[in-house]
Amino acid sequence: MKVVGKPIRKKDAMALVTGKPVYMDDVAPKDCLIVKVLRSPHANALVKTIRIDRAKKVEGIEAVYTWEDVPNQRFTMAGQTYPEPSPYDRLILDRHVRYVGDPVAIVAGENDACVDKALKLIKVEYEVLPAILDFHKSKDNALLVHPEENWEAKCPVGADNQRNLCACGYDSMGDIDAVFEDCDVVVEETYHTLANQQAMMETFRTTCYMDAYGRLNVLSSTQIVFHLRRILSEALGTSKSKIRVVKPRIGGGFGAKQSAVAEIYPAFVTWKTGKPSKMIFTREESQIASSPRHEMEVSVRVGANQDGKIRAIDVYTLSNTGAYGEHGPTTVGLSGHKSIPLYGSLESFRFAYDVVYTNTMSAGAYRGYGATQGIFAVESAVSQLAAKLGMDPVELRMKNMVREGQVMPAYYGETTRSCALDRCMMRAKEMIGWDEKYPCRDMGNGKVRSVGVSMAMQGSGISGVDVGSATIKLNEDGIYTLLIGAADMGTGCDTILSQMAAECLDCTIDDIIVGGADTDTSPYDSGSYASSTTYVTGRAVEIACEKLKEKICQRASQMMDCSVEGLEFDGHVVKDLESKKSVTLQEIGTSSMCGNECALQVTETHSSPVSPPPFMVGMVEIELDKETGHVEILDYVAVVDCGTVINPNLARVQVEGGLVQGIGMALYENIQYTQKGQMMNQSFMQYKVPTRLDMGKLRVEFEPSYEPTGPFGAKSIGEIVINTPSPAIAHAIYNATGLWFRELPITSEKIAMGLLEK
Amino acid sequence: MQINMILNGKKITDEINPDLLLIDFVRNHGCYSVKRGCETSNCGLCTVFMDGKPVLSCSVLAARADGHVVDTLEGLQEEAAEFGAFIADQGADQCGFCNPGMVMNAIALFREHPCPSDEEIKEYLAGNLCRCSGYEGQLRAIHAFMEYKKQGGTV
Repeated sequence: MKVVGKPIRKKDAMALVTGKPVYMDDVAPKDCLIVKVLRSPHANALVKTIRIDRAKKVEGIEAVYTWEDVPNQRFTMAGQTYPEPSPYDRLILDRHVRYVGDPVAIVAGENDACVDKALKLIKVEYEVLPAILDFHKSKDNALLVHPEENWEAKCPVGADNQRNLCACGYDSMGDIDAVFEDCDVVVEETYHTLANQQAMMETFRTTCYMDAYGRLNVLSSTQIVFHLRRILSEALGTSKSKIRVVKPRIGGGFGAKQSAVAEIYPAFVTWKTGKPSKMIFTREESQIASSPRHEMEVSVRVGANQDGKIRAIDVYTLSNTGAYGEHGPTTVGLSGHKSIPLYGSLESFRFAYDVVYTNTMSAGAYRGYGATQGIFAVESAVSQLAAKLGMDPVELRMKNMVREGQVMPAYYGETTRSCALDRCMMRAKEMIGWDEKYPCRDMGNGKVRSVGVSMAMQGSGISGVDVGSATIKLNEDGIYTLLIGAADMGTGCDTILSQMAAECLDCTIDDIIVGGADTDTSPYDSGSYASSTTYVTGRAVEIACEKLKEKICQRASQMMDCSVEGLEFDGHVVKDLESKKSVTLQEIGTSSMCGNECALQVTETHSSPVSPPPFMVGMVEIELDKETGHVEILDYVAVVDCGTVINPNLARVQVEGGLVQGIGMALYENIQYTQKGQMMNQSFMQYKVPTRLDMGKLRVEFEPSYEPTGPFGAKSIGEIVINTPSPAIAHAIYNATGLWFRELPITSEKIAMGLLEK
Repeated sequence: MQINMILNGKKITDEINPDLLLIDFVRNHGCYSVKRGCETSNCGLCTVFMDGKPVLSCSVLAARADGHVVDTLEGLQEEAAEFGAFIADQGADQCGFCNPGMVMNAIALFREHPCPSDEEIKEYLAGNLCRCSGYEGQLRAIHAFMEYKKQGGTV
């Protein structure tokens, strides 16, 4: 292959590294209204009265809106395919506020200063209600987070607002109790992960204006232009034809921007006033009122024979969706469906879950989407099983891991058609020097060096749901335009999809102009989430390019007055093998613009009935200070099977970035609430994102398999990479200290206290 | 109040509110490379040079820059492109939002230490957060750039 598999620069790279104005706030209209919201100081309260008269009189204030001004029609901010599994439980502004930070009023004015002043002058009288802050106490509590009658679950996800349930469900195979009864060894533990923040560097932000056709134009930092159009139309109670959504360059997403976190407020302002507006979340708002990972408590039982054969896995997940249900019913599924299938020959499994509402910030989508939480639990339990059996944890995994060709009953019954997990494990073991380093070495200076291991999987898009599309057209000078609805959020999908197009069309990547995403001009795409873009949209690109080649040959046959059958296209010329006549691509493109009735343009749409999992192994070597509990990451080795690697540079950086995000989740990134439900970690001072001093060496390799249903054999890479650090590091800490930590983050303090109590 | 400064080589005079931050001042003057990533001086995205030294423009009042020389990436395009190409060649630009601040600080690093050790690099750039790249690709880029400089600026 000439273009696929090459470490090509991102097409937008030089603009980004030289600081060109390509993000939302760099291109927003200069005279737009500044939009901010007044947020609830209470975790659960009713707005008894709200006085906005003084706020409205502040010079420069354009509008102040309260719950009385918005449609009483519930919607979800979750960017999902319609009908969304997430319940319709939100209003733009609600009289009932359900967490500290829930919007109470929208203020729009000429500048920051007048808006800030007006916000202070709004007088709200609240009826403060008791709040559910502990997610263990939510299910069937007499206190309801969503007592309202127009709450609605559009899909049968086991949701019931009268029980504080956003979803519940159950899946199983075999007689789980009988198998456990017969197992020699059983490990049973409970794990707790927090509502971590994606903490992308660009906070949530949107600008809106009305265009010449009287339509609402929304330029937003979003992963989901099409879903966003639908969400806004539902929230505003207007037709979708009245709304256009465009994304500029995005300063990171990681799933955060798979929900309509910021968009609805400026959209409402512009819709009402007709004036351009923008809303930019502060970092504090991004921390306290956004769409973080679902806090989960995952209980695991693993049963095995004395010889190390794992026979059954039982997972129960309690997930905290917070005040609203965005992505609640779906994230939880991955905690079992993408952890249990790592083990290939189970006799039985069971996976049950409840997703509950509480009076904390709503959760959302975050890279890994529940799989991260489930894999932390299951992989930790398996490592503990190895310790209990006295077996090397690598050997235990080699004995039990899923292999190519196996059916995965806990993964919707899909068969692994591409799986190099065994090769990933062997290579990682060699790279880190497992046999020499496992389990630990006392360095004699109060420090211990130890190693830990974890496997991981994810999916490649949502099977039978996600839709990817591509439009490709030939221009007169022999170059192509590729239009996509997938959202490049820095991941480089504009580039890798162009690479695929260039590979199909036998040209260079510079011959491909790429554009997206714009609901007016892009072909429909579900959006960039669920690790779908390479696999789903990539296949659409491949199919579209093949069809365009046929059209190019048809046009050439008309031009040369010969049959299509004998034609050959080499990327530059179409040659008639018989007559030796040929026409160049430029000539074909130019001729298509004169007396032509056949568009040299193709739009193709693809959806996959399967979601082939990428697999990986992560191994870490740490140095732990027994006195302070400090953990230093010395070396992190990751070996990944994402099928064919489309762009090795971009794939490698995806892995490295995911590892460091995962290291942050494992060791530093804490979420703490006060007793009144205020989130304490509301800035980068209190929420510690890893710096370059916090990580040692990262070493990434690929062990590609070939996925027959993917474009050029590719699977996904974006999400899986965050899944190994938590279990691998927890395992390494156990190997250093003999202590299992089952709640994240595993801070130095917890380790030091644990060692003191030991 | 009125302030004067040399912004990217251009002498400017402006009437400002005393509480205006330097980040907002330079963005108001078209320097959009300067980004705000936090409000607590933790992320490094808003790094600019004041009299040639890197400062966080979110934590400097515009009034403090009165009579000083301020440079942003807009004024250092050649250096940015020269060094940035190495970031691009690693695919470590990713979302790009933290890039201008990091590139500014990297330029400052090379001015201070033409041949920094890995420890010096990490220490100097520790205040530049990046959520996408995991930093490793940036480090590879810096190594490659130093090698290129050692060869006299030719690849």
